[in-house]
Amino acid sequence: MTLLDVTDLRTHFFTRAGVARAVDGVSFSLAPGEILGLVGESGSGKSVTGFSLIGLVDPPGRIAGGSIRFDGQELVGMAPDRLRALRGRRIAMVFQDPQATLNPVLTIGTQMALALQAHGRVTDRAAADRATAMLTRVGIPEAATRLNNYPHEFSGGMRQRVAIAMALLNGPDLIVADEPTTALDVSIQAQILAEMKALARDSGTALIWISHDLATVSSLADRVLVMYAGRIVESGPVGAVLRAPLHPYTRGLLDSLPAMAQPGQRLAQIPGSAPSLLALPQGCPFAPRCAHADAACTAPPPRVERADRHALCHHPLAP
Amino acid sequence: MTDIVAATALTRRFDPHLSIGDRIAAAFGARVETRAVHAVTDVSFTIRSNETLGLVGESGCGKSTLGRLVAGILGPTSGSIAIDGAPVMRRGRKTTTRIQTVFQDPFASLNPRRRIDATISEGPIAHGLVTRAAAPAFVADWLARVGLDPAVATRFPHQFSGGQRQRVAIARALAMKPDILVCDEPVASLDVSIQAQVLNLFLDLRAALGLTCLFISHDLSVVRHVSDRVAIMYLGRIVEIGPAALVYAAPRHPYTQGLLDSVPKLRLDADAVGFRPIAGELPSPLSPPSGCAFHPRCPRATDLCRRERPELAAHGATDVACHYA
Repeated sequence: MTLLDVTDLRTHFFTRAGVARAVDGVSFSLAPGEILGLVGESGSGKSVTGFSLIGLVDPPGRIAGGSIRFDGQELVGMAPDRLRALRGRRIAMVFQDPQATLNPVLTIGTQMALALQAHGRVTDRAAADRATAMLTRVGIPEAATRLNNYPHEFSGGMRQRVAIAMALLNGPDLIVADEPTTALDVSIQAQILAEMKALARDSGTALIWISHDLATVSSLADRVLVMYAGRIVESGPVGAVLRAPLHPYTRGLLDSLPAMAQPGQRLAQIPGSAPSLLALPQGCPFAPRCAHADAACTAPPPRVERADRHALCHHPLAP
Repeated sequence: MTDIVAATALTRRFDPHLSIGDRIAAAFGARVETRAVHAVTDVSFTIRSNETLGLVGESGCGKSTLGRLVAGILGPTSGSIAIDGAPVMRRGRKTTTRIQTVFQDPFASLNPRRRIDATISEGPIAHGLVTRAAAPAFVADWLARVGLDPAVATRFPHQFSGGQRQRVAIARALAMKPDILVCDEPVASLDVSIQAQVLNLFLDLRAALGLTCLFISHDLSVVRHVSDRVAIMYLGRIVEIGPAALVYAAPRHPYTQGLLDSVPKLRLDADAVGFRPIAGELPSPLSPPSGCAFHPRCPRATDLCRRERPELAAHGATDVACHYA
């Protein structure tokens, strides 16, 4: 059973300088309760993929093609009011910077009540009870009194918990989380990761975790998608992919990590930097940085399938 | 190896700037913050010649303030910092160019309205390390050494990517021919593949120039990679300091242990993962807890910890500030 089925999604930005294909033919699916890690570097299209799922792509960007089926309903081209009814209720989003996503002039309690009342008739009393329960669940002490606080009265880690509690309010089937712990300290990040994992397990909420951090994804996700220049270049169960990547880019990312090298030794580095989306190389976009690239790589890379994994590469690595 | 940098009882407090209006309001009982922030308290350490000391801690622990004190950017409230016995600060002014800094955010640390050749050569010209006439060749040389095309010298910062800007910032710092480099989160804002490139550049230049470094980061794996010794800070004080290999393999302070357990590890096997996060959050430096500052979050805390602050004491090769180390 699948909850979300994304097929050949294309989100393009029509700028004066040309068309930036930020998401260019992305397909994946997600089961209820599954945690999917979406990994990539800046500009790889991972956040735009997340925004596309919840219909938050602003001009000059728009979904130029493909399909997003959520629980049987097609989201691409859905009327804005129907999408709005889904968003926040069945699909929720947690953003990187809770400072920017919480309203600074409303108390947490008011904001949470609004989020509940937008999707149904809920009394203020019932809304406060539900908000308190959610804040307690994400580890905020004395939740009932904290409802009267404004966002600035919370620390960064607590604010992110509030944002997660708000995402959980309506019991969504899917949470899209865009770098939710990047701005937090490691000890706070560990607390939130532990809570998110327990949450997906206990409530059956599916989670798309967008991150640049392979280590975080490896300890949280069931499956991982690796994005590069708007495409998913590799996907599969997280352990299998990280143990023996098929795509040279995934291998390169892993080898760049200090944890993979002897202290003090030079790190294996990927040369160059990510290409501009406005001037992608012919064929495989990773070819100019790839040690395995040859003449074949000027043609679009084929899709290589290995059991429950896939990669887009002319020269996939071993297994 | 001889000690080159010596910090002695460094303390830095930030007092709130109260306007007359604030003072009057406070006198009438308004809620005005009059308490001082104790950013760094009684920190002593040495860095040996050609050594890299890693400094780790979470936001608000005072690691950046400590870096600024060491670099002579900020003056200490009390205590001193010396290079080869000579004080870095005298009457509130920095007295030496032997120590330079690379900052975290290359978007903020480079003047956006100045071409990078001017940014790199300004210090060396002002201090007579190079003449104005020789500056273009000098800049070209430094750009080449940090892996940039010398032809980019006339560009402005916005024409560079984050990784390239950090290379410019490194060139600017090293062009002053320092013996000591303070790196304050130099790779925190970079993508993984770019971070590896900049770390490699750092390792190469450190070896080529025989630099002594204070390397500040919240990223434990980066610090492990570049450091000979490592210091862990909590709420303005060093709680553990020792050889990097030893501190990482056998941490003695409960905070260091908790921090190391909190770091997501790259899981290459499929077993279930248990996080062991440290409970609670960093207390406010406006009102640090009594006794050991870590006691409210510490699983091993006792009455002694609530009452008495443990001093940093030697346990083998590491110094640890814990009653139960």
